[in-house]
Amino acid sequence: MSVITAPAATPVPQVTTRAVSTPRQTKRWVDWVTTTDHKKIGIMYLVTTFVFFFLGGIEALLMRVQLSEPNNTLLSGERFNQLLTLHGTTMVFLFVVPVMAGFGNYFVPLMIGARDMAFPRLNALSYWLLLLGGIVFYVTLFYHPPEAGWWSYPPLSEIQYSPSGGQDAWIFLIHLTGISSLLGAINFYATIVNMRAPGMSWGRLPLFIWAILVYAVLLIIALPPVAAAVTMLLTDRHFGTHWFDPTSHGSPVLWQHLFWFFGHPEVYIMVLPGFGIISEVIPVFSRKPIFGYKAIAASTAVIAFLATLVWAHHMFASPVPIVVLGFFMLSSFLIGVPTGVKIFNWVSTMWRGSLVMTTALYYAAGMIAIFLLGGITGIFLAVFPVDWQLNDTYFVVAHFHYTIFGGAIFPVFAGLYYWFPKITGRLLNERLGKISFWFTFIGFNVTFLVQHSLGLSGMPRRIYTYQPGLGWSTFNLISTIGSFILAFGVVLTVINVAMNYKRGALAGPDPWKGNTLEWFVPSPPPVNNFDAIPRVRSVEPMRDIRRQVERATGVTQKTGGSERFARA
Amino acid sequence: MRSDASDATRRRRTHRFLWAALAASALSLALAPSAFANLITPKSGGSPNADQIHSLYLIILYIALVVFVGVEGALIYSLYKFRAKKNKVAAQIHGNTRLEIGWTVGAALILVILTVVTFVKLPSIINPPNSQAPFLESALTQPSPPNGKKLVICVQGRQYIWRYVYGAACETNPFKAGLPYSFQTMYVPQGVTVVLSITSVDVIHSWWVPSLGGKVDAVPGYITYTWFQARGPALYHGNCAQLCGRQHAFMTALVDAMPPSQYQAKIAQLKSDIQKANSQVTVLRAYLTKTGNL
Repeated sequence: MSVITAPAATPVPQVTTRAVSTPRQTKRWVDWVTTTDHKKIGIMYLVTTFVFFFLGGIEALLMRVQLSEPNNTLLSGERFNQLLTLHGTTMVFLFVVPVMAGFGNYFVPLMIGARDMAFPRLNALSYWLLLLGGIVFYVTLFYHPPEAGWWSYPPLSEIQYSPSGGQDAWIFLIHLTGISSLLGAINFYATIVNMRAPGMSWGRLPLFIWAILVYAVLLIIALPPVAAAVTMLLTDRHFGTHWFDPTSHGSPVLWQHLFWFFGHPEVYIMVLPGFGIISEVIPVFSRKPIFGYKAIAASTAVIAFLATLVWAHHMFASPVPIVVLGFFMLSSFLIGVPTGVKIFNWVSTMWRGSLVMTTALYYAAGMIAIFLLGGITGIFLAVFPVDWQLNDTYFVVAHFHYTIFGGAIFPVFAGLYYWFPKITGRLLNERLGKISFWFTFIGFNVTFLVQHSLGLSGMPRRIYTYQPGLGWSTFNLISTIGSFILAFGVVLTVINVAMNYKRGALAGPDPWKGNTLEWFVPSPPPVNNFDAIPRVRSVEPMRDIRRQVERATGVTQKTGGSERFARA
Repeated sequence: MRSDASDATRRRRTHRFLWAALAASALSLALAPSAFANLITPKSGGSPNADQIHSLYLIILYIALVVFVGVEGALIYSLYKFRAKKNKVAAQIHGNTRLEIGWTVGAALILVILTVVTFVKLPSIINPPNSQAPFLESALTQPSPPNGKKLVICVQGRQYIWRYVYGAACETNPFKAGLPYSFQTMYVPQGVTVVLSITSVDVIHSWWVPSLGGKVDAVPGYITYTWFQARGPALYHGNCAQLCGRQHAFMTALVDAMPPSQYQAKIAQLKSDIQKANSQVTVLRAYLTKTGNL
């Protein structure tokens, strides 16, 4: 990692960190493998998870090609089931959850004014367990990938119906990534609770940090039940127990409860950090304080609490009494309130702002536009009699892609464009970024909007082919075309990163006029992050520092970045 | 520096645009159920419960459209109106407690309305009505129409076909000799309340014929129930909705609704066909045993 010695513009804060560079003692790769530096671990997290994102994306494209026309024979039912299991598992366990840990690793210490995570070696262990989980899982490509879906409902996932070792590899993956996330969560929690800069009270915690804190708590709550469940599945498969085997008085529904008790909080584990990123990006580029800081922070906590009470809305068609269905409908409704509050607050933050139209803001606004529809279709699905029609159809597929792709992956891209200058010291190309955004945004909607209609016209999810004349063919073709537009948009961002991580325009410490402390240090930050940790006096410490400098010098601070995109 | 006149034109243009947008959305709302059947509404028309779900869905859809248009509108408006080019100075507002309370309560109120509507609609979705055609038999399973008269069909999921056993006796033993059964295509009398008693013999499946109502999982070790009253005469198409293995895509269900008299003939024919096939098998088995091949 090269250290920028001469940033393009004068650093905003006059007191800044001096880079401490010691001569390299070891080989570069040994440095990476043995590192306990949260920034290097963060970068490894981001790179690894993006590799899995592309693998998952390729799996999705293969499925879309198979479904582009009726009676397609590109893939067999077996291959298709393997792909859908790989895709779902990869995206949830190897991309969205750990990519948030990647951003968290890099930015939690920087944003709270700490010099590293609380337990740096544990942090490295988290990363390596994640990578190991991914390898264990993807090695199945060389023998027999699992094919019971990412929920792996027994009896289908039991040994009688899924005899291959791929299912066991799936169990192993859940354990490895589970331990990884659990250790990471404990680390985040300890770091945020104990290592904040002087003056950073709970009311001055950046909203991204609030989100990561709650993400950590939810992981600690949700992971043990799924660890128990997959262990029970493992003993069912190999050690003669019958937890989920109805022929010996076990219950397949027990698995559903255990799995979704993890599975629904998992949804919020994926989107809450995304909400956090959005809550950072929008005020910076609106040049306006976040609207309703307390409401957004509180709604994060309320969502997390409610997230543990809504799991059975995944089971509305299962043998569950009506009164239970009613309870879970109401709890699912309730979760719509704090989510709506967040959306209203983001829009209000932009309202009467002075919007600097950067790519990061494009992705943030795109997130709101898309996630809103995902939230609204969630209300349809929460009404259990309506869910009886929509459950397990493409309507649900559309719904959760609108929530997860919209609520988590768009923020990941917003975060990428926002924080890339901090991580590498270089700016991404804004023009290419915006082109990438439009392809992604349009491609996404072309792919998934029609999937609502597919579900409403009766197409169940997870079928590998279908007959002509059912009214599904055109929608499917449109969806497949959209998926390639979407993929092209994503590839443009990859090209953008590849082109600019070494040769992009120098960013300087604070290219966007940021609000939070990571913009106080050089880009990329030195190993020790801060020489002196500034005292925090508000929720926007960097803004205070900039003002202080402007007052002292009488010169409006120029920065290396955002003005040149503002066109104003 | 804009003149008042151009300001007024602009405002008029904005108003015209708003009215056009409003008219367009009103039109699409009005046309939604008919023109866009299955584009934005679920299937229905085969059975009263499917129709009730459809109308409940429509109520939610109308409310949702208003929220959707409102919020997306505010978002697009602020992206257009408050960009730095047009609005050089950002207002430094930190929040507004009354507004926060307002939209929290507003969102909650919408959900209260939806809750009430759902529970008002619920009985018509889960409770079967009396048959409109002469009843066939009665049994003691849940759910039941008020007069208890209904036709019970047992549905058994298996990889990768549905098996249907006709008559209330199927509930004690679906493999009892003499009970008529069929695979994939279910024969039902139109206008009669049919109660399905659903289970699975291997993995989890999900019974779903969209025009005849919502889906119910077929879970081994559990019996689940649903009902429909097919309008017919028609052939309704459905798919297994829960991933059940490699040929999940081909686990289809057909429901053939016909007049009751025709139905009774059909069942009689099923019975005699099964009997004929069984006696043929018996003869064959006796022959094979005699010749030492079995």
